[in-house]
Amino acid sequence: MALSGMRGLSVFISDVRNCHNKEQERLRVDKELGNIRTRFKNEKGLSPYEKKKYVWKMLYIYMLGYDVDFGHMETVSLISAPKYPEKQVGYIVTSCLLNENNDFLRMVINTVRNDIIGRNETFQCLALTMVGNIGGKEFSESLAPDVQKLLISSSCRPVVRKKAALCLLRLYRKNPDVVNIDGWADRMAQLLDERDLGVLTSVMSLFVSLVSNNSEAYWNCLPKCVRILERLARNQDIPQEYTYYGIPSPWLQVKTMRALQYFPTIEDPNARRALFEVLQRILMGTDVVKNVNKNNASHAVLFEALALVMHLDAEKEMMSQCVALLGKFIAVREPNIRYLGLENMTRMLLVTDVQDIIRRHQAQIITSLKDPDISIRRRALDLLYGMCDVTNAKEIVEELLQYLDTAEFAMREELSLKAAILAEKFAPQLLWYVDVILQLIDKAGDFVSDDIWYRVVQFVTNNEDLQSYAAAKAREYLDKPALHETMVKVSAYLLGEYGHLLARRPGCSPKELFAIINDKLPTVSTSTVAILLSTYAKILIHTQPPDVGLQQQILTIFKKYESYIDVEIQQRAVEYFELSRKGPALADVLAEMPKFPERESALLKKAEDAEIDTAEQSAIKLRSQQQTSSALVVADHSPANGSAPPANHLTLVKMPSQIVSDTQESGVIHEEVPNPPVEAPKENGTPVEVESRDTNITGINNEVKTEPPSTSHSTSPADLLADLLGPLAIEGPPAVEQNPTQGLNSNQSPVGDLALATLDDQSNSVQPIVNVEEKFHILCTKDSGVLYEDPHIQIGMKAEWRAHHGRLVLFLGNKNTSALTSVRVLILPPSHLKMELSSVPDTIPPRAQVQVPLEVANLRASRDVAVLDLSYTFGTSLVDGKLRLPVVLNKFLQPITLTPEEFFLQWKALTVHLLKVQEVVKGVKPMPLSEMANLFMSLHLAVAPGLDNNPNNLVACTTFFSEATRAMLCLIRLETDPQDRTQLRLTVASGDQHLTFELKEFVKEHLIDIPRTQAAPPMAMVQPQLLTAAPATYNDPGAMLAGLL
Amino acid sequence: MIRFILLQNRQGKTRLAYYVPLEDSEKHKVEYEVHRLVVNRDPKFTNFVEFRTHKVIYRRYAGLFFSICVDITDNELAYLECIHLFVEILDHFFSNVCELDLVFNFHKVYLILDEFILAGELQETSKKAIIERMGELEKLE
Repeated sequence: MALSGMRGLSVFISDVRNCHNKEQERLRVDKELGNIRTRFKNEKGLSPYEKKKYVWKMLYIYMLGYDVDFGHMETVSLISAPKYPEKQVGYIVTSCLLNENNDFLRMVINTVRNDIIGRNETFQCLALTMVGNIGGKEFSESLAPDVQKLLISSSCRPVVRKKAALCLLRLYRKNPDVVNIDGWADRMAQLLDERDLGVLTSVMSLFVSLVSNNSEAYWNCLPKCVRILERLARNQDIPQEYTYYGIPSPWLQVKTMRALQYFPTIEDPNARRALFEVLQRILMGTDVVKNVNKNNASHAVLFEALALVMHLDAEKEMMSQCVALLGKFIAVREPNIRYLGLENMTRMLLVTDVQDIIRRHQAQIITSLKDPDISIRRRALDLLYGMCDVTNAKEIVEELLQYLDTAEFAMREELSLKAAILAEKFAPQLLWYVDVILQLIDKAGDFVSDDIWYRVVQFVTNNEDLQSYAAAKAREYLDKPALHETMVKVSAYLLGEYGHLLARRPGCSPKELFAIINDKLPTVSTSTVAILLSTYAKILIHTQPPDVGLQQQILTIFKKYESYIDVEIQQRAVEYFELSRKGPALADVLAEMPKFPERESALLKKAEDAEIDTAEQSAIKLRSQQQTSSALVVADHSPANGSAPPANHLTLVKMPSQIVSDTQESGVIHEEVPNPPVEAPKENGTPVEVESRDTNITGINNEVKTEPPSTSHSTSPADLLADLLGPLAIEGPPAVEQNPTQGLNSNQSPVGDLALATLDDQSNSVQPIVNVEEKFHILCTKDSGVLYEDPHIQIGMKAEWRAHHGRLVLFLGNKNTSALTSVRVLILPPSHLKMELSSVPDTIPPRAQVQVPLEVANLRASRDVAVLDLSYTFGTSLVDGKLRLPVVLNKFLQPITLTPEEFFLQWKALTVHLLKVQEVVKGVKPMPLSEMANLFMSLHLAVAPGLDNNPNNLVACTTFFSEATRAMLCLIRLETDPQDRTQLRLTVASGDQHLTFELKEFVKEHLIDIPRTQAAPPMAMVQPQLLTAAPATYNDPGAMLAGLL
Repeated sequence: MIRFILLQNRQGKTRLAYYVPLEDSEKHKVEYEVHRLVVNRDPKFTNFVEFRTHKVIYRRYAGLFFSICVDITDNELAYLECIHLFVEILDHFFSNVCELDLVFNFHKVYLILDEFILAGELQETSKKAIIERMGELEKLE
């Protein structure tokens, strides 16, 4: 390749290269800058060629790292040059040198616009490129319409249109208003039909950005994306130049799958099937090959496909394929693949319930924590952090602590924060938590933020049985020769508060404590001095009988610090000195610190606030925000009196972390834990009640650990009223001024969200912090998730169904740092269900979770619902409430596929009156047929497409299981009216008339559009509208509930 | 989305810098930091490093480091191969590219980049299309 056409530029570059050192280089550069400056000054004599040459030189100098703070004007003015060579330089160098906020840019907006709307294609390209790279808000406002025109113009060449697409993307990112959504959904669909893959690549980037902000508006584009992906994955009519090492544009494949991840679900069955076929192909067909580039490209596609499968929450089978692949990846030697395996496993944790499987790889992941590459270590740390729960917290946190010794500084802060959070969130015992934090401070004091030690102090203060233990530990650390200052702070604080609990231990007399703490005084900073002074004052009041010598020593120190330079310390010294001469008053003033109000952990907040800066919102983030947390998060609420409740025999579950899947299959193992004597420090004479915390407790995290639930208690008047009515509210439906809806006599009308309320004290009432009604409805079609959550307890549920039997496990999680007592769970089954609940422990220890299995057998078809009656005591308040259990009709249905012959044979056979029932349903929620098909699918009714010739009809089959009917085939037909979507004809047939009726009503309920609060069960009529009626009209809740059931 | 692209030699000399805007003072700091970040990494390590709130995907060709900084949610391998595609295009254009070609023809490299990447996104992935386009543009000079 020939050297550049500009000799002067080449000479200058050579000169710079020939400089032997930085100093020479600077001299040469300065000389050139001086030269350029003088030449620019008398611009008259400058030819366009010279101007161009100087501007390139400026860019070169700038690239070398020198400041170029002049000549911007000249550069920008080249944009207005009439000829291509100068214009080109002007545009390119402006893009490199100037910032989007530079004032000079404003001057050329008009020129740029003229170039964009002008006829010269080359000029259009230059202008689009510059605006695409540095266009700011002002460009956005004035140029967007013109750029849009170019993008959709049929007369422009691809080279212009692809630049227009990306230029528009830039303008859209600067100001989303420039793309008017209404018009763009259709336009986008057209653009996605583009045949030129270069243009399509650019258009897809634009589309990703648009769809990430508003997926709903672009539904119509979804099938197109699937088709593009299909075309690429199958290599159908892809020009050779767009394949990369034999792979049809991996980048476009990746982009397309990225776009698909922004659609919440894919409902169209055809598109879904086609997509899954493609994904299956990618998952199965990606092999490791020798060529690095081909390998990378195919794995780029594979990892994106994995992300998409995770997002779609595909069938179990495909998900387990993904997990298996990732499991393979995290064990390979190729570092990039291992890195991505770890990264994607972490993402997977965010979206699905795979904790159990991932836990099998724990050892492998811990190995990666010791990898020489920091990038891999970081991913391993993230993954361990994400997969940690009560069962493996001890192991993982101890690994992290060990790693802390060798980790480089760059990682220590993150590492200690994460270890602290995990210890706090999942501590199997609080003693262990204290140990971990103290170790953490000892090992990495510099990296332990104040939040971490504040938090441990809060825990110790709020839990009396921790206090002497923590004090003893603190005392041990003080013996170490070199102690981090943070450790001095914690130790001094703890010993000041609780040192007296150790009084009878050797080396722990007030005098000795004082001596060892006072040793540190000369070397610590001001903030620590302040804490030490308080500690001295506290030691003083705990010295019984008074020790004159010690008192003298301490008073001398106070006296000395009265004239200290720091005002805060001065004041403390003066006040403590005065107080300590007041005798008994001192004891009052310096009494033990009261309990801290329970609050959200500052650490968790800190971890959540970690900023993420991405052009588009992360699809995974978006998704996980929609899910609710089912992890136990510390949002602890400690009782006012704070004393730990006496230990009881607990029926808790032990689940060794490694054999999780077995235990899951076989259900739950019960184990009597006979009140183990945990640390009873009788010798110091303090009566500390001891609670059996020594029990391993399973943590089953069904879903995701995300943010802690918000614990704000709203006390609006409506809520207060609701509290009053709380216990009544269970089948909550309101009737009085209600119009009984079209023959809909359901007993399972949904509850308002006010299911639980305390009985004793309204001001102290407990409100659910999830929408109970919504949770119930979700669980009607899902088999695991959260059923209920309030500030103290979270109830999760997992269910398995086999024919007419069901096995549920209820997870009762105590979210507090103190125990829940008098826990009572009763099941009130309706007459068609046989239900057997295993025994529930009376007490749930702090932050523990207990599993309670519940066996269900279905006797016959019915739409009645079982009610769970829950009560517990927290502190002094009794919380009582009732929840509906999602054991509904569709749980006993199994979809079945019939051939047309089979179907019609059955359909015709069932002609007897009442076995086949038909009804015209009005007031139907208007929805497209595909959505209706999805609804059916979610209810376990298998839609058989094509069985009915009329495309407006829908036919479905299913099998119903109950003890009375055994397996019974049910057939359903819907005839919709495309003119009036609010009505349809529903026909249901089965071999049992009772079943036919119930099933018909059941389907109807799901089709009819009734706001949930309106559905009125006839038997609950007496109950007035919750929020509007006066409580005076209430009847006996027990009777009412009985009536309901 | 691509935040910046840097071509640096082992000594840390920048041979190409493309930014989706940053303040001037930031640019030089970024170049210095990225160089320090990648230059001492073992060839057996991953091609990915975290950089502030983003990540840098880099690859070394002889004495030159090609680094692309992208969002943390972006597909790493896709960008890694994007680097390679860029190198192939340069190689094709300069027939057997070496650092000196890039030094003396840095302005051409910018031209190529403008056909390859725009607004922080990939614009064209066909080597043929880009080389042909460069031919068109050269005729205009």
